[in-house]
Amino acid sequence: KITDSKDGSPLADVSILVKGSTIGTRTKADGTFTLRIPAGKDSLELTSLNYATQVVAIEGTTINVRLEATNAALGEVVVIGYGTAKKKELTGSVVSVGSKDFQKGTITSPDQLIAGKVPGVSITPAGGQPGSGSTIRIRGGASISGSNDPLYVIDGVPVANSVQSISGVSNPMALINPNDIENITVLKDAASTAIYGSRASNGVILITTKKGKSGKPVLNFSTNVSSSKAARYVDVLSAAQVRSYVQAQGDTTYTKLLGSANTNWQKEIFRTAVANDNNLSVSGAIKKVPYRVSVGFLNQDGILKNDHLDRYSAAINVSPKFFDDHLKVDINLKGTIAKSRFGNQDAISSALTFDPTQTVYSGKSAYGGYFEWVDANGALNTNAPKNPVGLLNQKEDRGQVNRSFGNIQFDYKLHFLPELRANLNLGYDIAKGDGYTFIPQEAASNYSTGGSHTIYKQKVNNRVGEFFLNYNKDLKQIKSNINVTAGYGYYDNLTTTYNYPTLNARDSVLKAVTYAYDKPRNTLISYYARLIYTFDSKYILSASYRTDGSSKFAPDYRWGKFPSVGVTWRASQENFLKGIDWLSDLKVRGTYGVTGNQDGIGNYGYIGSYSYSANNTALYQFGNTFYYTTYGAAYITNLRWEETRSANIGLDFGFFKNRITGSIDYYEKKTKDLLGPITLPVGSNFTNIVTANVGNMSNKGVELAINASIINHKDFSWNAGFNIAYNKNTITSLTQSTDSSFAGNTTGGITGGTGNTIQIHSVGYSPNAFYVYKQVYDKNGKPIEGVYADLNGDHKVDDNDLYRYKSPFPKFILGFTTDVTYKKWTLATVLRGNIGNYVYNNVAANIGITSVINNTNKYISNAASDAFKTGFQYNQFFSDYYVQNASFLRMDNLSLSYNVGRVLNNKVGMTVMANCQNVFVITKYKGVDPEVGYLGTYPSVYTGVDYKIYPRPRTYTLGVNLTFN
Amino acid sequence: CMTSCTKDLNRNPTNGIDADSAYGSVTAYKGSLAKAYAAFALTSSEGSDKSDLGGIDAGTSDFIRLYWNAQELSTDEAMCVWTDPGVPDFHNLSWTSANTILRGLYTRSIYQITVCNDFIKQSTDDKLASRNITGNDAATVKYFRAEARFLRAYQYWVLMDMFANPPYVTEASQIGTSMPPQIQRADLFKYVESELLAVDSLLMAPRTNEYGRADQAAAWALQARLYLNAGVYTGTTHYPEAMTYANKVINAGYSLMGTYGQLFMADNNVGNNEIILSINYDGNYSQNYGGTTFLVNSAINADMNPTSFGVPNGGWGGNRTTSSLPDLFAAADKRAMFYGTSSTITDVSKFEQGKKVIKYRNLNKDSTTPASTNGVYTNVDFPLFRLGEMYLTYAEAALRAGTNTSDAINYINVLRQRAFGNTSGNVTSFTVDNVLDERARELFWECTRRTDLIRYGKFTTSTYLWPWKGGVSGGKSVDAHFNIYPIPSSDIIANTNLKQNTGY
Repeated sequence: KITDSKDGSPLADVSILVKGSTIGTRTKADGTFTLRIPAGKDSLELTSLNYATQVVAIEGTTINVRLEATNAALGEVVVIGYGTAKKKELTGSVVSVGSKDFQKGTITSPDQLIAGKVPGVSITPAGGQPGSGSTIRIRGGASISGSNDPLYVIDGVPVANSVQSISGVSNPMALINPNDIENITVLKDAASTAIYGSRASNGVILITTKKGKSGKPVLNFSTNVSSSKAARYVDVLSAAQVRSYVQAQGDTTYTKLLGSANTNWQKEIFRTAVANDNNLSVSGAIKKVPYRVSVGFLNQDGILKNDHLDRYSAAINVSPKFFDDHLKVDINLKGTIAKSRFGNQDAISSALTFDPTQTVYSGKSAYGGYFEWVDANGALNTNAPKNPVGLLNQKEDRGQVNRSFGNIQFDYKLHFLPELRANLNLGYDIAKGDGYTFIPQEAASNYSTGGSHTIYKQKVNNRVGEFFLNYNKDLKQIKSNINVTAGYGYYDNLTTTYNYPTLNARDSVLKAVTYAYDKPRNTLISYYARLIYTFDSKYILSASYRTDGSSKFAPDYRWGKFPSVGVTWRASQENFLKGIDWLSDLKVRGTYGVTGNQDGIGNYGYIGSYSYSANNTALYQFGNTFYYTTYGAAYITNLRWEETRSANIGLDFGFFKNRITGSIDYYEKKTKDLLGPITLPVGSNFTNIVTANVGNMSNKGVELAINASIINHKDFSWNAGFNIAYNKNTITSLTQSTDSSFAGNTTGGITGGTGNTIQIHSVGYSPNAFYVYKQVYDKNGKPIEGVYADLNGDHKVDDNDLYRYKSPFPKFILGFTTDVTYKKWTLATVLRGNIGNYVYNNVAANIGITSVINNTNKYISNAASDAFKTGFQYNQFFSDYYVQNASFLRMDNLSLSYNVGRVLNNKVGMTVMANCQNVFVITKYKGVDPEVGYLGTYPSVYTGVDYKIYPRPRTYTLGVNLTFN
Repeated sequence: CMTSCTKDLNRNPTNGIDADSAYGSVTAYKGSLAKAYAAFALTSSEGSDKSDLGGIDAGTSDFIRLYWNAQELSTDEAMCVWTDPGVPDFHNLSWTSANTILRGLYTRSIYQITVCNDFIKQSTDDKLASRNITGNDAATVKYFRAEARFLRAYQYWVLMDMFANPPYVTEASQIGTSMPPQIQRADLFKYVESELLAVDSLLMAPRTNEYGRADQAAAWALQARLYLNAGVYTGTTHYPEAMTYANKVINAGYSLMGTYGQLFMADNNVGNNEIILSINYDGNYSQNYGGTTFLVNSAINADMNPTSFGVPNGGWGGNRTTSSLPDLFAAADKRAMFYGTSSTITDVSKFEQGKKVIKYRNLNKDSTTPASTNGVYTNVDFPLFRLGEMYLTYAEAALRAGTNTSDAINYINVLRQRAFGNTSGNVTSFTVDNVLDERARELFWECTRRTDLIRYGKFTTSTYLWPWKGGVSGGKSVDAHFNIYPIPSSDIIANTNLKQNTGY
């Protein structure tokens, strides 16, 4: 019988294998098992998720074993780059989250599994679109206009992320079935990430997928069904309010235009969406070969009508061993087919402004029967918004992606020198995405061109080859262990993008293409080495070095050097602390390292070349002939690596036999040669702004995490985890010359006007600081339209009175998780919060004014309700009134599960679960959601601009999990 | 693999070509020449949603839209309701060195110079010989090269007129990140003058080149402009030279378009013997949200029946004129192409107030509407130089110099006869100040007004006030430093060789 070491409760599903054979079994629900032991075998290997593997001697016919639980939140052995390490001996800042602790519910993209679980890691879902990704920032990000996305490594293979996008799916990560993931580990500090060198500045996320286990086959089936609904709508005027406003104005031009309906356009375009996720897996061992095979089918509607995702996924893992276990082979193959229909998100903004007094349908045949704004002759008013329901239903936007990635890894322990391992890992990531959009000619949105038809196709073909040697030896006589790794890596990323002409609905060419395809490609070659020296299990020194060569840079700037060093002192192992009863663990860590970043710059930015344009909309006429043009591209010969130097000091602690564990980290990061949009001296190149290495930025922060097992009783347990992180990022330099009069580079395009921007990158401030006028308020606290403070005191208000006010980056990010188990019931929740982040409420700034209602272009428009609060008649885009505090506390997840136990003749283990996501949000922010992600396009820094946000739904899920064994 | 794999780090763009291909034959040279011209016609070579320039909205980044804003919105001829970045500052005469439009114009002008420099560098005799381009082909490329030099001179003239002391780059400058030196206005005057003199013999004779390409008359017309304003640029007037070069154009065989309004219509590229050089647009093939698309659409709104202006899906409701411009016209003057009755503007943000300028119309002479992909892009070519201006230049220079004044009056009357359709508007005497008004009547919204007001000392001073000049409804004078635009602060930062103009 197998029981828990702490409370003696029986453990089901423990895998039992007779050592040195293929014979094994699993425990039943009551923890018991029976097994026939062949002659000559003398020990059993017991393995179970979240428990330490134990080998016991076979003594007698009855064996009782107590298995020791590994730390519930943080597994005992964690993956690090090119190997694993014991958590207690880790040098760097590494957080690992196992599948048991993942967020539950309807989760389509793996990044959302660990939201709120890791200190200093902010995961902001992009919105409610099925399969949409998240903006992930580890310690605030290290770049301004390069990528801030972490490197994803799945089973040792770096995979395409948002930087190398795949057409036909909203987010490449959604092509990975979360149910196949065993563990997600986040490497945060440079000592942990520097082994990944030039791609590590924004942290590394290591994903380990589920593997086969020895023993009899175990079949697992889980299914869930969910229902989602918009949690909140944007606050716009009602039909009655619009009607009475227009009538009160008394202008017959407009009163004539009023309709008699009461249409809530947001309700017309959103719906209650249903999703169903099914997963089936079998794992076990055939002969001595462990395997796991899984299939998944996800069928998810978006809350925006027409939005839909079907995802079929399959995964195979086989891990045979040869030559007396000297050669381990690990094969992982994943395949996904994702078919999407994308709802037209233009309908979201149109629904805010479309006149609520109008009906959806006009009763006429023109424009597909939808009500549209037309003039007296029935011609479209081209300035008016288009019918939101028409926008939705008249656009067919479909994409399909087939993706497969995987690897084969050979790990060979040398026969004559077993301390030395040679590891070869060959991986691939291939995808084909294609799709089309079609808008019929009668659709108002594309009436002028006779509809629209676009086609796209893209292939991704990435290859990875890695080889390393690892030498790991205990030198008992000097109480030391040395662990040395040296390796080589080759990474080739090739995308093929096919170009198709832009057509109208009758397939007339509106815009031709110059080339049939383009094949952007980049290659990275690396050499790396690491030494971990442990003395007396107390003092640990680790050092690593990596050099990366990238095809993105000219030969003279091609190679980057990325060293790191770290020391760890396991203080609790010292004799003078061993006597302290309540202190079970104390560890001090210090690390320093250099990492790089090259994502976000073009593949060929250093090469001067010309392009021949065959774009048939951009020709020039000489005589009666139109000529295609040939033009030179801007280039910067000395492009080089963005380099981040970071230092980290950390303390890990455990009290009361590790009932309470936690860690504190302080870090500083300095990024130099920041890749950014650099203003060139005009006349020096073929454009005036290029991406180049100018500028520096610093990040400083503190992170604290505490996990506690508050109550730990056989029938009743309560665990809680809390984390909080503070981060401050400051631009320290932006230009080649230093000039205090330089305001900075404006950024953050907004909706409204032409070419308006609301943010600025300025030296001495956070990136993306809002750059606005200071609003003047009357004595009742109401903003006075168009009146701003003369901040520089020159008696006039102009550009020189703009000031930098707040930023979209949170000062603090918080996460709180807790679970309570009573007998067979478990209740768990995750809360997330940000403090000190601000958002520009672009919806209110753009349509929160009364003059939009009686629109000068002779139609009636709806306005945000904010218009009646401020009384503003005209747009005041640059008022700091619209920069609003978006601090929030969100209950991300609330779930209740019931472990039914054994059913169907004791053959099946069953668990049922009910779950709610996005339960509530507490915020002062006045827009629809304080978490403003990005919409579609890279770069996807916290935009901080709230416009056309796909609302995050509230989702209710019911699920059941069956285990057959 | 360890050594051979490192060769994989040499990756090249799939579709890029090198200089020897971009300039490999006379046909290839023509594609590059097309870019030298397209640099002031289009926002980019890849469509209207992209730009050669950074730091500005793509649709706003073409030459004419930027130049028109700087030359017209700052004067009595135009006023805009939009609050787009940098726009309101023009009419208020309160721009700063951070102005987005001015930065765009400055960058656009120098961008075209950079493109021309590259063409000039790639079309030397040595380069032609090394690429085996000889005989007629070589002769053709030499004409191209002279045109590139002309275009460069034109943009340096624009920069000299606007910003006085811009950076100075030539075909000898290297592409990279180096900081170009600054050239002073008087030196730039000499440079532009010397370049125009040098290319005179290298360009094709007047009216012998293809439509849309510069010939000798274009260079003469620019020289006439240069000399007319020489006093502003150098402190020394050159009126006799202005007369000489205006006369060379006048005697080169050009003739006025019969009907004034047809100069600004969609098919103004045919049957037009008045335009010396135009910037060419097309609703299908040369798409652009600036240029005449901007001039047509920004001047009308949905209420004015855009279809009747040839832009059924257009009408942006932005620009109209102050009352000062329509007030200059006699009732019978057919050049008065205005829409609406209310000429007074009391609320700057209301497009309904103020007369609309409907000089540019995207209709053919037979009232048909030309093809346009989206019913917004226009076909109207913008006349950069035309005969009408040369008559006025000659007249003003003659009146200022006090010589050949009877020719001056004659030329004025040639224009007025077309304007009135008969001799009823003819004059017998004309003052220098009268010419300024005549220029407004003849050339309004053709990007000359700011330069003219400065030459007459009326741009910043109180000698002439127009509604909302300086941001107040009655108009007010502003400081004299506004006669020159500031070097954009972004370039002052990026290029430490540059010194800001006085007053900014």
